[in-house]
Amino acid sequence: MGVDGPRVVLDPTGERAPARRERLPRLASLEGVRVGLLDISKPRGDLFLDRLETRLRERGVEVQRFRKPTFTKPAPVDLRQEIATRCGAVIEALAD
Amino acid sequence: MVQGPSPPPLPDGLVAFVKRDCPTCVLVAPVLARLAAEGGLTVYTQDDPAFPEGVEARDDTGLAVSWHHEIEAVPTLLRVQDGIEKERLLGWHRGEWEALTGVEGLGPGLPEWRPGCGSLSVDPGRESALRARFAGATLRSRRVELAPQEDEAEALFERGWTDGLPVVPPTEERVLAMLEGTSRDPQDVVATVPPDLVPCTVEKVAVNAVLAGCKPEYLPVVLAAVEAACTDAFNAHGLLATTMPAGPVLIVNGPIRRRIGMNAGKNVFGQGNRANSTIGRALQLVIRNVGGGRPGDVDRATHGNPGKVGFCFPEDEEDSPWEPLSVSLGKPAGVDTVTLFPGEGPRCIVDQLARDPESLARSFAANLRTLHHPKLILAFDCVLAVGPEHARVFREAGWDRARLASRLHELLQIPGEELVRGADGMAEGGPESARGKRLPKFRPGGILIVHCGGGAGLFSAMIGGWAGGSLGSQPVIQEIAPWA
Repeated sequence: MGVDGPRVVLDPTGERAPARRERLPRLASLEGVRVGLLDISKPRGDLFLDRLETRLRERGVEVQRFRKPTFTKPAPVDLRQEIATRCGAVIEALAD
Repeated sequence: MVQGPSPPPLPDGLVAFVKRDCPTCVLVAPVLARLAAEGGLTVYTQDDPAFPEGVEARDDTGLAVSWHHEIEAVPTLLRVQDGIEKERLLGWHRGEWEALTGVEGLGPGLPEWRPGCGSLSVDPGRESALRARFAGATLRSRRVELAPQEDEAEALFERGWTDGLPVVPPTEERVLAMLEGTSRDPQDVVATVPPDLVPCTVEKVAVNAVLAGCKPEYLPVVLAAVEAACTDAFNAHGLLATTMPAGPVLIVNGPIRRRIGMNAGKNVFGQGNRANSTIGRALQLVIRNVGGGRPGDVDRATHGNPGKVGFCFPEDEEDSPWEPLSVSLGKPAGVDTVTLFPGEGPRCIVDQLARDPESLARSFAANLRTLHHPKLILAFDCVLAVGPEHARVFREAGWDRARLASRLHELLQIPGEELVRGADGMAEGGPESARGKRLPKFRPGGILIVHCGGGAGLFSAMIGGWAGGSLGSQPVIQEIAPWA
């Protein structure tokens, strides 16, 4: 919200696609996919991710852990790029 | 241009618009009080509903009435009959006010005449916001609200609306200001834009012109370019889809070049001039955003070229030895035009020694021969951009454009033996049947000659085309519709 209310722009496109950004399609399988586990630094998120890591490894899925410096700010660009480069999927532990 | 919704009606009789911040309004306050007391005067006040004293003024601090009735100065005095404005006076002039009101002896002790002040409804700091408030509803484009934490510039990148460079956020205020650059209705359809074949309105062109960084006065050129690009002859779809590097190249002729400050001189193809840089970009953004033509998707160019961000330049008509290109292409002199050419990037032709036209024409021909491949003929058109120091040679020798073009075509009749596959140890080339013939590099009319560039330099430039002719893309010249 800006000082004078929400910032609104006019859609420059032919308006054939929805204005909302689309989610990426759901993965059909985790086979051959490295899964990133992102701890956003909220309390006990690590416990949840530990459990997920165990379960995923049991299924033979490769896992890599990541951590945001603080939950109060968006993930730093470097971290997002590292995750995007290394992983095919990411699970984010959101809350306490 | 956007017409606002129907204006709020005015009361019959005398109507005045004032603001306390205007010394002339303060000066005539007693006159207004007298006219109000005698009946028949309604006062709209723009900044202070308590002004003028002794008058029950109507509050127009929202400026709706002032904006809709195009009040430009205060005080403005109107005479309204049956809801229709019959007379209008700006500022204070005793004789005129007495004539309009029919009341004698107004403002004894006041000077005969005082100019007014600017109306708040045309204040530069408020005008665009007022236009958005009162006329924004007439825009049809979908509104996209940016999330509170989104950076404006980043948000537009993420939505895929840019060509890789930052764009100007197309707010209602900016789009309405852009539409002031044309008298056309925002909902007029300009063209059907490939590859998705989407009908594109003047408004959508304006939104993309804002993105591109255009000023409103460039909009007529952009509209003409969009129209020209979307013709069957120009074949923007094929040009977009080709693996070759070409994109639309815009050549502007006519007085509009100077009115909007285009650069036909030094660094004509380069950076630094806003009109040159943004007009071609606006066309490419229309094709990207409205038409859905995106690199790597329908755009299959192997290399592309930097001009695909936008490539637009004017001809230097003032110092040219020749008539404008637009006139050679059959348009009347003095008419604004944009010529679209399917072109790659420009390449320099150096000849620092030729002082006679025949020698220089031979240099041009030798370079033109190599276009795309020295052994490929009749497949591509070309723009030959003659620099001023080369143009002087033709001027002094009395060669007009047609003579230069004709000589180039003669010099570019190539022996078939040099063109066949395998000749000179190169597999590329034409069929054996070419032997024993002389064949032209370019089709008739396939060399467009323009005059541009500036300062020192015995240089010209060539811009290679893409598949020329009716099976590919033909240059298209489009008249730029005047504002009204």
